[in-house]
Order: sequence, then C-alpha cells, then structure tokens
Amino acid sequence: MTTVTRGRFRSRAIHAFHVLTSERATAIGLIVPSFFAVLIFVYGFIAWSALVSVSEWDSVRPDYTYVGLDNFRDLFQNFRFQIDIRNTVVFTLFFVVACLALGFILAALLDRGIRGEGFFRSIYLFPMAVSFIVTGVVWRWLLAPRAGVNILAEKAGLSSLKYEWYTDPDVVYVHESSRLGEALDAIGVGFLADPNYGIPLAMISVVIAATWQMSGFVMVMYLAGLRAIPDELKEAARMDGATEMQVLRHVSLPLLRPVTLAAMIILGHQSLKIFDLVVSMTQRGPGFATDVPALFMFETTFQGNHFARGASISIVMLLTVSILIIPYLWWSLRREARL
Amino acid sequence: VSVPWSRVAIYGVLTAFALLYLMPIYVLLVTGLKSFDEVSLRQMWDLPSGLHFDSFKDAFKALDSNLANSFKMVIPATVISCFLGSINGYILTKWRFPGSDVLFFFLLFGMFIPYQSVLIPLVETMQRLHLYGSLWGLVLTHVVYGIPITTLIFRNYYTNVPTDLVEAAKIDGASLTGIYTQIIFPLSLPGFVVVAIWQFTSIWNDFLFAATITSNPGIQPVTVALNNLAGSYIVEWNVQMAGALIAALPTLIVYVVLGRFFMRGLMAGALR
Repeated sequence: MTTVTRGRFRSRAIHAFHVLTSERATAIGLIVPSFFAVLIFVYGFIAWSALVSVSEWDSVRPDYTYVGLDNFRDLFQNFRFQIDIRNTVVFTLFFVVACLALGFILAALLDRGIRGEGFFRSIYLFPMAVSFIVTGVVWRWLLAPRAGVNILAEKAGLSSLKYEWYTDPDVVYVHESSRLGEALDAIGVGFLADPNYGIPLAMISVVIAATWQMSGFVMVMYLAGLRAIPDELKEAARMDGATEMQVLRHVSLPLLRPVTLAAMIILGHQSLKIFDLVVSMTQRGPGFATDVPALFMFETTFQGNHFARGASISIVMLLTVSILIIPYLWWSLRREARL
Repeated sequence: VSVPWSRVAIYGVLTAFALLYLMPIYVLLVTGLKSFDEVSLRQMWDLPSGLHFDSFKDAFKALDSNLANSFKMVIPATVISCFLGSINGYILTKWRFPGSDVLFFFLLFGMFIPYQSVLIPLVETMQRLHLYGSLWGLVLTHVVYGIPITTLIFRNYYTNVPTDLVEAAKIDGASLTGIYTQIIFPLSLPGFVVVAIWQFTSIWNDFLFAATITSNPGIQPVTVALNNLAGSYIVEWNVQMAGALIAALPTLIVYVVLGRFFMRGLMAGALR
C-alpha cells in the first residue's frame, strides 16, 4: 500500500467516525418513538391497571382510593372466578394435550415421504388463518345438540352417541361419599372431592373447536423439528434393526423435546387468554361451564362497570402468563446468544 | 407393483384427517348455498339443490359496511406496522448500540401480555385523545401492539443480511438512511410480505380491541359485526354461516395465495 492511499484511507476513516457518531444519534432517534409507544402502551398501561386493581373504582366514575389487596381477596372468594380457574385448568390441559398429540401424529405421518405433502399440510393449517369468531360461529352449529355432528351420528345409526355438547351442564367430579372420595379424604385431600375440581363437560366442545384451529400449527412446528434431525441418526438406528415406530419413539421424540416445550408454552399461554372463541361459541355456558377469566373480566368491566374487579382479574391473568413466558423468553434468548 | 399396506394406511389416515379439518368449510359452503326453504337443521349435511346465493346476499347486506371498516382499518395499520418494524429491525441489527439487546427484550415482552391487562387504561386514553370509537383509534392500537412482533420478524430477517455489506458502506461514509434506502430496503421484500401477511391476518381477525374500542355499530369491524349477527335470534343460521364465510374470505385468500409466507410468519411469530 502506498502512502497516498494510506493517507486517503485514514481521512476517510476519520470522516466515517464522525458520520458514525451522528448516525448513531439518528439510529437512536428513529427507535425512540417505538420505545416510548411500548413504554406507555404496555408498561405504563400495566402499571395503570395495577393501580386500578388496588382501587375502589366500582362505577362509571373513576375512583382511585387505595384499598390494598382487597379486590384480589374478594376475587379469589368469588364463586364465578373459582369456576373460571377450574375451567381454565381443564381447558388448558385438554387443549394442550390434544394439540400436541394431533400435531405430532400428523407431522410424523407427513414426514414419511408423502406425495402431496404440501397439499395435506395446507389443509391441516388453514384454520389458523381464520378468526376465532368465525371458528366459534361454525362450531356452535356443528356441535348444537339438535344439529351438526349429532345428526351425522344419527344417520350413521349411532343415535346412542348423541351428546349434549356445550349445553351439557354436568360436571364430572369425585363425589365425597364415593369410595375414591373417601380415599382422598383419608390422605388429607378431601377438598378435591368437589365440583370445583371437576371437569365441566361443556368445555370439551370448546376444546374441540380450539384444537381444530391450532393443531395444524403444532404440526408445522413438529415437522420443522423432524426435518432438523440428521438422517444419519435415524439410519444408524434402522441399521441396528429398529422399526420405524422405534426410531420415532427412541430417536426422534427425545430430540424433539425443545419443540414440545415451545409448543406447550405457546398453546398454554394462548389458552390462559382465550376469549374470542368462547364469546362467539358458547359464552358463559350452562352454570358458567364454559366461562373463562377473560370473559369475566370483559363483562364485569365494560358491562358491569366494576373496574377495580376487572383490573384485578387482568392482573392475575398477566401474572399467570408471565410465570410461563418470562423464563421461556430468557431461555430462548440465551440459547440464541449461544448460537 | 405392490404398494405396502402401511403406505395405504398412512394415506388413509391423512385423508381422513383432511376431511375432518375440511368439515366446517363444507358445512359453511353447503348451508350458505341453500335456498331459504331448504335450510333445516336436519338437512344440514345435504348438498344444496342448486346454487342459491340468497344467504350470501343477505349476509353481505348485513356486513358490507363492516367489511369496509375492516379494510379501512387493516390497510393503514398494516402499512405503518411494516415500516416501523422494518426500521426497528434495521437499527437493532445493523446499528447496534449499548443496551440495544435489552431494548429488544423490553419491546418483545409486549407481544405476550394478555391484552386484558391494558384494556382499561387504553379505553381511558382513547377517550381523552378523542379516538375512542373511531377507526383511527383502532389503527393506532394495532400499530402500537404490533411493534413487538413486527420488530421481531424484521430483526430475524435482517440478521441474515450480511453485516459486511453494511460495514463497508459505513466506511465509505454512507449515511444510515442511505444504507437503508440503497441496501436494506431493496433486499426487504420477503420480510415485508411476511410481516404484512401477519399483521393483515391478526388485525383482520382481532375481536378484543375492536369490541372494546368501538361501541358504535357503524364503525365496527367485521369480526364484531359477525359476532352480533350470530348472536341475534332473528337472523337465520344459514345467513350466519354465509356471513362467517364472507368474514373469513379475505384472510383465506391471503392464505391460499401466499401460504408459503404465511407459514414463515407463523414460525417467527410462534410465541404469540
């Protein structure tokens, strides 16, 4: 390199340095609006909601008189909220398990070198593109006791399979006086023998509709996971005489654990927030059998004007979701940093 | 050539599931296409006698202004979201500054919160800004709560644009805006498509914000109007079904035409 070019290079570098500092200011300036928008609309509003949740605000007129955690205490003693907690647990368990099972089966089948894979994949996935409101409207008719699936069952000569779907007020639970109930009592958990720890049958209908909408997404996740497993690993197992089922069970499944975890977190946090589907499909259901915290929050706040109670429900929802999401976010960001 | 039975079984199971997933669409279509005297719950699964569009006409009449509202809200919100996300992603990958990772984490959290936890302040704020009950209020809401996901998708996308290219341009004294308009933006089309599809679909399908911020039927988006239609006892259920199909059509078309990009957005936005 000659001295001339070196000098030119240096002056260019100095020029670039000056540009960089002023450009860095531009960079920060450009991201500042987003920063403030999120600061106010997310963090500020959460703080504001928290403030409402410890206030006395119980009518159209705002009232920020501080009452401590009274609203939360009342909430957990509230009959409807207790049922909502039960419903959310039941919905989450059934929905997550159903989506994982269905998604995995479909992905495992599609991974077997299927002709028309893209075609099948897009059929399983298309419900994702549809609004929960649409899903709710359609499934409300499909699972109406005097229509849809029940008529299909009747036509197939299976009238005995008729089911009351989301109109069924029954809750399956362990009776206090049953043998199981007495056994529970004997080991000191007798309180579990109560409808509040049961399974509301009407909820199954909502689970079916939600699974129809979301299982294709789990399939896509598993399919991507399966494709990422090196062929040599599977080939080695086959050489050792493993059947396809054994390869799936002992090679693929353990390697898919991160996918399963991610899917569980995504589905779980979605089921904690579920709202639209319940609104359009069943609303509260018989005896609050399909009621959920989001619906309770919406009704009590914007129809009942119980703002403080609504805010406290929303804060409970936020905390529950955060317990699930923050460790996961931290884990995945750290994993990203390692890569 | 003998086909092993296991192959036949696999195709059989896949086809059975495909029919199961398509069942609601089948019911939507045949119900919507029946004439009014053919519609009865007992004949729900029967094919229509011919192509009758009466239900669709009625449903469209009931929903047309709401469809227009949805478009008026979705299009500006999607366009603004795309540009915000693109600029944020560009800065967070190519103009990193101390604390930019923390800032990213800070933005990202907004994606996972249950929106119930911001609803009351949102309504209060919208009222004070005189945006309550207006489409622009909804546009603002969707743009702001879309910042995390659009930033995430663009950040992941720009991570794959070679940084050397940008560094070389910086040494040559190119400005931040110059690098964006001459290098980054021309490479961004696939990113824009993914983000646009994502935002279009999720804003179109949104119900919670729409139901909270717009109480006046005249400006309600189609999801809210459909829910009202379906909750009405006077409206025949074939009209409800036709309405559901109409409300789903725009996002379904996007899915069919641009499915590949839809999938990519899904994976990026997996954590919603």
